[in-house]
Amino acid sequence: MSNLLSLMTFFPLVGMVVLLFLPRESDRLLKTVTLVITLITFLISLPLAFDDAFRTSAEMRYVEFAQWINIGEYFRMNYYVGIDGISLWLVLLTTFIMPISVLSTWHAVEKNTKGFMALLLLLETGMLGAFIALDVFLFYIFWELMLIPMYFLIGIWGGKNRIYAAIKFFIFTAVGSLLMLVAIIYVYYYAVKAGLPFQSGFSIAHFYQLNLPAHLQTWLFLAFAFSFAIKVPMFPVHTWLPDAHTEAPTAGSVILAAIMLKMGTYGYVRFAIPLFPEATLQFTPLFATLAVIGIIYGALVAMMQDDVKKLVAYSSVSHLGFVMLGIFAMNLQGLAGGMLQMINHGISTGALFLIVGFIYERRHTRLIAEFGGISKTMPVFATIFMIITFSSIGLPGTNGFVGEFLILVGAFESGLRWYAVLATTGVILAAVYMLWMFQRVMMGKITNPKNEKLEDLSAREVAVMLPLLLFVFWIGFYPNTFLDKMNPSLENLIQQVKGKQQVAMLVEAPTPSVAKITVNE
Amino acid sequence: MHDKLWLIPFFPLVGSIINGLFGKRFIRNEAVIGAIGTGAVFLSFLVTCMHFFQLGGETERIQQVVASWMTVGNLQVDWGFLFDPLSALMLMVICGVGSLIHLYSIGYMHGEEGFYRFFSYLNLFVFSMIMLVLGNNALVMFVGWEGVGLCSYLLIGYYFEKQSAGDAAKKAFVMNRVGDFGFLLGLFTIFWTLGSKHGVWTINFVEISEQAHLLSGDMMFGVGVTTVATLCFFLGATGKSAQIPLFTWLPDAMEGPTPVSALIHAATMVTAGVYMIGRMNVLFAMSPTTMAVVALVGACTAIFAASIGFAQNDIKRVLAYSTVSQLGFMFMAMGVGAFTAGIFHLMTHAFFKACLFLGSGSVIHAMHHALHHAHVDDDPQDMRNMGGLRKFMPITHATFGLSCLAIAGIPFFSGFFSKDEILWWTFASTRGSLLVWGIGAVAATMTAFYMFRCLYMTFYGEQRTHKKAKDHVHESPWVITLPLVVLAALATVGGLVGIPHAIDILHVGNKLEHFLAPVFEHSQKLHAIEAHGSAATEISLMVFSVVVAAIGISCATLFYLKKTDLPGKFTSTFPNLHRWVFNKWYIDELYDALFVNPTKRLGTFCWKGFDVQVVDGIVNGTGKLVNVFSTALRYTQSGLFQNYALTMVLGMVVMVAIFILQ
Repeated sequence: MSNLLSLMTFFPLVGMVVLLFLPRESDRLLKTVTLVITLITFLISLPLAFDDAFRTSAEMRYVEFAQWINIGEYFRMNYYVGIDGISLWLVLLTTFIMPISVLSTWHAVEKNTKGFMALLLLLETGMLGAFIALDVFLFYIFWELMLIPMYFLIGIWGGKNRIYAAIKFFIFTAVGSLLMLVAIIYVYYYAVKAGLPFQSGFSIAHFYQLNLPAHLQTWLFLAFAFSFAIKVPMFPVHTWLPDAHTEAPTAGSVILAAIMLKMGTYGYVRFAIPLFPEATLQFTPLFATLAVIGIIYGALVAMMQDDVKKLVAYSSVSHLGFVMLGIFAMNLQGLAGGMLQMINHGISTGALFLIVGFIYERRHTRLIAEFGGISKTMPVFATIFMIITFSSIGLPGTNGFVGEFLILVGAFESGLRWYAVLATTGVILAAVYMLWMFQRVMMGKITNPKNEKLEDLSAREVAVMLPLLLFVFWIGFYPNTFLDKMNPSLENLIQQVKGKQQVAMLVEAPTPSVAKITVNE
Repeated sequence: MHDKLWLIPFFPLVGSIINGLFGKRFIRNEAVIGAIGTGAVFLSFLVTCMHFFQLGGETERIQQVVASWMTVGNLQVDWGFLFDPLSALMLMVICGVGSLIHLYSIGYMHGEEGFYRFFSYLNLFVFSMIMLVLGNNALVMFVGWEGVGLCSYLLIGYYFEKQSAGDAAKKAFVMNRVGDFGFLLGLFTIFWTLGSKHGVWTINFVEISEQAHLLSGDMMFGVGVTTVATLCFFLGATGKSAQIPLFTWLPDAMEGPTPVSALIHAATMVTAGVYMIGRMNVLFAMSPTTMAVVALVGACTAIFAASIGFAQNDIKRVLAYSTVSQLGFMFMAMGVGAFTAGIFHLMTHAFFKACLFLGSGSVIHAMHHALHHAHVDDDPQDMRNMGGLRKFMPITHATFGLSCLAIAGIPFFSGFFSKDEILWWTFASTRGSLLVWGIGAVAATMTAFYMFRCLYMTFYGEQRTHKKAKDHVHESPWVITLPLVVLAALATVGGLVGIPHAIDILHVGNKLEHFLAPVFEHSQKLHAIEAHGSAATEISLMVFSVVVAAIGISCATLFYLKKTDLPGKFTSTFPNLHRWVFNKWYIDELYDALFVNPTKRLGTFCWKGFDVQVVDGIVNGTGKLVNVFSTALRYTQSGLFQNYALTMVLGMVVMVAIFILQ
């Protein structure tokens, strides 16, 4: 089916419109319809997972192209989408996580369900669009589109400090995206002046062919990288994340952690690095350093948290540090590990936020000190929590290990050996903060009488967790299902980036333009 | 038959899953759960035996690849198994001793609420241990390596309602992780150097062993790559095998149920470090530096832990420090190149230490019931509450006694052969040294002393149990005593597989050495690692160590059987020494001060100092600044027409002025 990607992306949007005609009071109906819509979206995307062509081809597949906006003979923006092995699993992760997060709202969201569900669906369209866009401007539109629903999800359905958290989230992200916008427009004008046909618009494939001079690359890379760094989030621009996570409703936290953060790391792989390979080379030490600081710093801060949700949020900073290290290793193991770790983080941290949601719904608190000894009253919950905890710690046999191992191997093999050594200490710290938290929440005697009569997980809650558990072990024991299909695209990317870096190193003098056409200002 | 290796880990995994998922709700019957658990491990034992008889002759090793695990560029990792004499021996010990301990657990854990959970974890542990031993590459080994750490965590924390159990479990896992950090770095170093410099991208043990010679000239940080890598691996071994500096978790691990202490924290898991060095003996042999470090750390641990064993009153803690100390002996062996001797001691230690732990479990079990029956609140593990138990528990006493003789190194018991071979190698090996031998001999004396102290305090002298509970102490049921008898028998005669040449009058030969030769001979020959000396020297050393063992036992007899007021006098004469030893030389407190507390402080600083003050300070500060500016600017938007007109006029004046002045 040639329109598969569009169908998948805009189906939630259509669903949102349908939702608007449903009665506002019928809480259960609204939730069911939303669940069905997200499930259908997942089913639409499912054939992608079984497409074996990804194993051999690095090309963009399922490509759709249409002219969209024309301003004279100068400005052109196209609806240009497609996926390769890099975006494949992120798209599937998105469609997979959405039904799960809708299920998590069953008892958690009571206020203005209609608005909440509508925003969730809008958000899904935004995220899917960003992952499949092959036109940079189109990407930017979807990127901004995601921002708005999330802002409202936090600001309206959040906790006590929701306004502060929502505004902080919005301002951090918006500042970054504005810089990126300027950079995108600059690259476009450079491309047009360099002789690229304007009809190709902001096509990423065409931008890849540009030979931007080194000094320009530096600034453009920084603009892109800053915007993505906020989204990842990298140290030191991570402070919006704990606030946003703590205040967001469970579904919001799950989506934010599982999918939206990946937008940042994906941005590096798809845009910042291949567009500006020389600048990447120049900034690799800086970003590897920030990544390693993030790993250790995130773990240290996570360790001292007294709020479970904040702890999980800071653990994200640490995990995403691993992803960044893998990406900047710029070899196959590192990149594959980084990509896989994006999926892993989506599964494990998504699951952790769901778990926090479960106990929050029961006790209306997230303070670690309020709990203790819960294993006794909630044995099923304890088992699931334990498995996810060890997946987050990266125990071999679970998904977390494969990702971290590949990243560390990759970093060790590239020039980042000492970074890898330091990052490996993060593996120790992860055990410390997760197990300490687990002990304080789940083990010991029940001291708080409120914890004595907690109900164990319901069938619905178990159903929410089971698919995640399946992937914890699937990726842990047989990651090749996923790795095989991303490898060709990653190899292609590495070749492209490394090739340009080598050329740049051979030719000292700046050589702008594609077809040797210099830009005259 | 070659493709049936996967069955060995398969059975315990299935057992674990069945008991874990269905034990509580559907099976419920203790006998069935116990039978599934024990049966699974016993089946693995049978499959191991079947493969065992295929080894020898043409077949040096059997390899089987079940599936590919991860394939990324030049990194190819398989779910592959390697069955050679070394893994065969380990598997026999793990599954053999393992099934006995499972059987024992049926009796010991009777009536526990988490009976199903216990057997599920125990099976999972055996599965992980099998993966560790059977893996044909370093990463499958690492699966087992961390897997046993996980099971250790789960089983130490089995009584999760106890704060101390939770703390001990966490401590064990985190300390093991510190070791795992070393393991990973070692693995990276080998993989990367072999690959990038020599084009051999592999983590398969057989291939690494065959290609290791390529590494001989490679340097890293001014020393050989093999030294760097093996030191990293050794850090991993110190974590898993509780050596200095990462040994403090093991005594705390006694919070777990006693069968766990016997299986995991004595017989199998803690020997993983020794096994790992054996598996990578080719790499270790290439670095004399690392070997020396291994031997020295082993020797220091042996004597250090033995010293702490002197002053403990908890019967399990004595055994725990004894384990740490005996592991030190094994590392001494590996360090001086006596690989066979190290593995030999690993095996005999598994027999006698499992027997000792299970014996202590039998005692604790009896004490617990007696005290419980009499409603007395005394500690059932404290040897000061025991004494004279041999009358009530004859089988436990006999088996415990035999094992004590074995660990003390009394001639013709298993421990005698293995320990003597180690001491002989430390003395005579080309990699040995008098220092290591000396420390080893002293540690052996100390071992004899504290083990007999333990024996006497528990089973001899007058009974110190609370008078209400005195008569309620009974011998344990057959599921508990049968494993004790089997293990005691093995502890007694198990050493006969490794009779040293010097006293081999009947010419049976050193069976074990011959059996393990395909694994170790190559590297020993290549690096000229051998023990050389006359039979006379060897025999005189043997006599010497028997004498020192006898001295140790005599001292213990004097102190704890004949003149029982002597220990008290000794303590009051040297109060400081006793305090330090009793408090385990304050190592835990030292680690807290050096690592734990500073890390916590750093975490708090990063959070409250940097995140909140600096980053958010800047962000919120920017917000406030904007606020200040806009407040100021707001005055200009007053809504009064006159003000706007005035501004306009002023603006025009300025512009005209600029225009004219230009």
